[in-house]
Amino acid sequence: MPTLTPRRARRFLPRPALACAAVLAVGVALIPLVYLGIRVGQAGWGRIADELFTARTGDLAGRSVALAGVVTAACTVLGVAAAFLVTRTDLPARRVFGVLAALPLAVPSYVAAFAWVSLAQGFEGFWAAALVLTLVSYPYVYLPVAAALVGVDPAQEEVARSLGRGPWQTAVGVTLRQVRPAVAAGALLVALYVLSDFGAVSILRVDVFTRAVFTAINLGFDRTGALVLATVLVALSALVLLAEQLSRRRAARYARLGGGAPRPPTRLRLGRLRWPAVLGLAGVLGAALGVPAVSLVRWFGEGVSRPGSLGELADAAGNSLGVALLGTVLTVVLALPVGLLSARVPGLLAVALDRLAYLSHALPGLVIGLSLVFFGINVAYPLYQSVWLLALAYAALFLPLAVAAVSAAAAQAPPGLEEVARSLGRRRAYVLRTVTLPLAAPGIGAGAALVFLTCMKELPATLLLRPTGMNTLATGLWTHTSVAAYAAAAPYAALLVLIAAMPTWWLSARTGVLTRTGG
Amino acid sequence: MGTPGMRPLLAAALAGLLALGATACGSEQTAQAEPEAGSDKKITVYSGRSESLVKPVLEDFQKASGITVQVRYGDTAQMAAQLQEEGNRSPADVFLAQDAGALGSVAGQGLFAKLPNEVLDKVPAAYRDEDGEWVGVTGRVRTMAYNTDQVPKGDLPESVFELTEPEWKGKVGIAPTNGSFQAFITAMRVEHGDERTEDFLAGLKANDAQIREGNAPIVADVNSGMLASGLVNHYYVYELAKEKGTTVDALKAKNHFFPNGDIGSLVNVSGVGVLDKADDDPDVRKFVDYLLGKGAQTYFAEQIYEYPLINSVVTAPGLPSLVSLNAPDIDLNDLDDLRTTIEMIKESGLV
Repeated sequence: MPTLTPRRARRFLPRPALACAAVLAVGVALIPLVYLGIRVGQAGWGRIADELFTARTGDLAGRSVALAGVVTAACTVLGVAAAFLVTRTDLPARRVFGVLAALPLAVPSYVAAFAWVSLAQGFEGFWAAALVLTLVSYPYVYLPVAAALVGVDPAQEEVARSLGRGPWQTAVGVTLRQVRPAVAAGALLVALYVLSDFGAVSILRVDVFTRAVFTAINLGFDRTGALVLATVLVALSALVLLAEQLSRRRAARYARLGGGAPRPPTRLRLGRLRWPAVLGLAGVLGAALGVPAVSLVRWFGEGVSRPGSLGELADAAGNSLGVALLGTVLTVVLALPVGLLSARVPGLLAVALDRLAYLSHALPGLVIGLSLVFFGINVAYPLYQSVWLLALAYAALFLPLAVAAVSAAAAQAPPGLEEVARSLGRRRAYVLRTVTLPLAAPGIGAGAALVFLTCMKELPATLLLRPTGMNTLATGLWTHTSVAAYAAAAPYAALLVLIAAMPTWWLSARTGVLTRTGG
Repeated sequence: MGTPGMRPLLAAALAGLLALGATACGSEQTAQAEPEAGSDKKITVYSGRSESLVKPVLEDFQKASGITVQVRYGDTAQMAAQLQEEGNRSPADVFLAQDAGALGSVAGQGLFAKLPNEVLDKVPAAYRDEDGEWVGVTGRVRTMAYNTDQVPKGDLPESVFELTEPEWKGKVGIAPTNGSFQAFITAMRVEHGDERTEDFLAGLKANDAQIREGNAPIVADVNSGMLASGLVNHYYVYELAKEKGTTVDALKAKNHFFPNGDIGSLVNVSGVGVLDKADDDPDVRKFVDYLLGKGAQTYFAEQIYEYPLINSVVTAPGLPSLVSLNAPDIDLNDLDDLRTTIEMIKESGLV
């Protein structure tokens, strides 16, 4: 059989259907942008100019970009270092570290920030926020990089070693270069997340853009002004996306070309660096997990308020699980066509859709929430204040997380198998169901886990869109902290972190750091 | 990707949206079937006030009236934005808000119905909307919380303006991003002029005022001795006492009410507005009457230590009477004023 050229290979996927589904999916992620466009259009140029062309806007944008830059750089260093240590060295207790290193993702930024403030007097400002945001978001880099380091073909490293390169030279010059796409994907999510975060920056008092958006609404009761300001966040995320796209072009691809039995990579001996490495990693985990834990225990111990009843807590946990699951399913279903399209039919449309899916990712949850209120009222009224619209909001918020996972997983699954199935006369949909999806399933599952735990932590959009009377763990936490009933809030926070930790655990387990074979 | 694929694709996307829209319109007509004109024994309340504060009142009302209350809790300001976004299709009948500004922003969009005079008249004119679109439910007073170990009673200031003097350097906590602080500054502008207010803000900044994210952290820090004093609302010491399982008398943090109608002890209100569509709903009217009735007002006074706004209920012991305090001589829901205040606070460098 002659080799299939990429152009002919494309025919093996249901292209028009796939493209249509992808366009619809990205349409969901674009609801917030359409809404922004409508409301900002109503504001008129005079108002827009008044809000945007001020020294303060420049100041805020500068600080937002600086914060995103610092945190992204720090997360990249920390995430890559941690991933490398647990997957490629003889670090003591590396399996334990491998799992723990992912868990900070389960801690909501507002909980982490509050924990730090209550432990350290005067802990506030730019660097404080940078530290807290780094501690809660470095797993966005750590997880994909750890998975990539485990999955990468060791052949190139072996070649480098056989040609006389030292182990460290090989690690930096060959191994790390191979996982560059994973690093870039993680860094992109971190940068957009930092731009959109409100919890940590408000508690730690850094004047960044999200804070200005909230100030406009919360103090000025000025929705229009807030939305005009929010457009700047879209512009900033466009810049970030452009930067990532450029870095991608410069990165060569080093995919495993099939063939060759997967085998464990060689592990670096840390030697004298063993214990400093252990201490460093333990320090990071102590700061990221220990501080919130101590703080929650203190909240609980120092106050006498308690949650209404265990039933209320269980009810909130059940609701959290339910809406997060629904949101996850919807998000992943929407992400499938977008991810498959960019993995299997790369081209202008796929790139455009993929980038568009990320574009609203830097908007704060409050703005996304309001946009879905608008959508619910004007387009999908029967769904308004139902769990379905809340799930749709989660999809609009977190589609990029799932898209990244799906396209990475689909890109790894060899198209050759699909071609064989097609050549044997199977229909496209059948091939998709029986070949492509099972091959990509672990990666898609990882994306789903990530979306799930992020849904669990979401607060502002949940407050606006939840069905009337429904409490989740995040809203329960908010209810009690807003009246200073920290002891009553503590069990909500603890349960939230524990439940979110489960998919996180699973995520880190599937990166391969738990497998005994390389130990 | 070739262009031929694009046209059917766009068409399909549009068709999808249209289908969605069609279902939206279709089911709306059936969904809005009301059982009868007038009472349906059900109301929907949007509450910007905390569940722990108002839930008992809502439950009592439900028990007393047999009317089912569906409550949606949220942040007052964000809820106001939500109501504006929902417009006439809002599921809400009533908006219970933490401050006048939020009520004013909803009223400004023409979403509230004018309340009948017999409702408005229950509350002094200073604590309700000039146009009668919302009415105050409780009063909350600005105070200075101080640590009894660090500030002797004799040193307590007569006026809030004294806090910019050298002896208070580094000793005053404020929450400039908090709504009630902003209302206080707005009132100061009205009473003392913009210039003096700017001086006051600049004075606080120069005097190394300690910034906190909200009132509760200020009171907690005052109580623990990390702060000597702070400008807050009066009920935060009660919340702290409750959380610590003790009484306000046992706390190190105490309220100081500025005497002689000083602007430092301004009275703010929480209030309620009725959405236009619920104008004639007898259930909603009953609810508003209930909030301004003796039972609910007594609860607000005795259980959460806020100021009752009707004559027949007295203020909790230990609190100065409402008439001895500075009633806002201003329109607290004038949003243009609010915006100027925010600008001023930003320019002072306090946020």
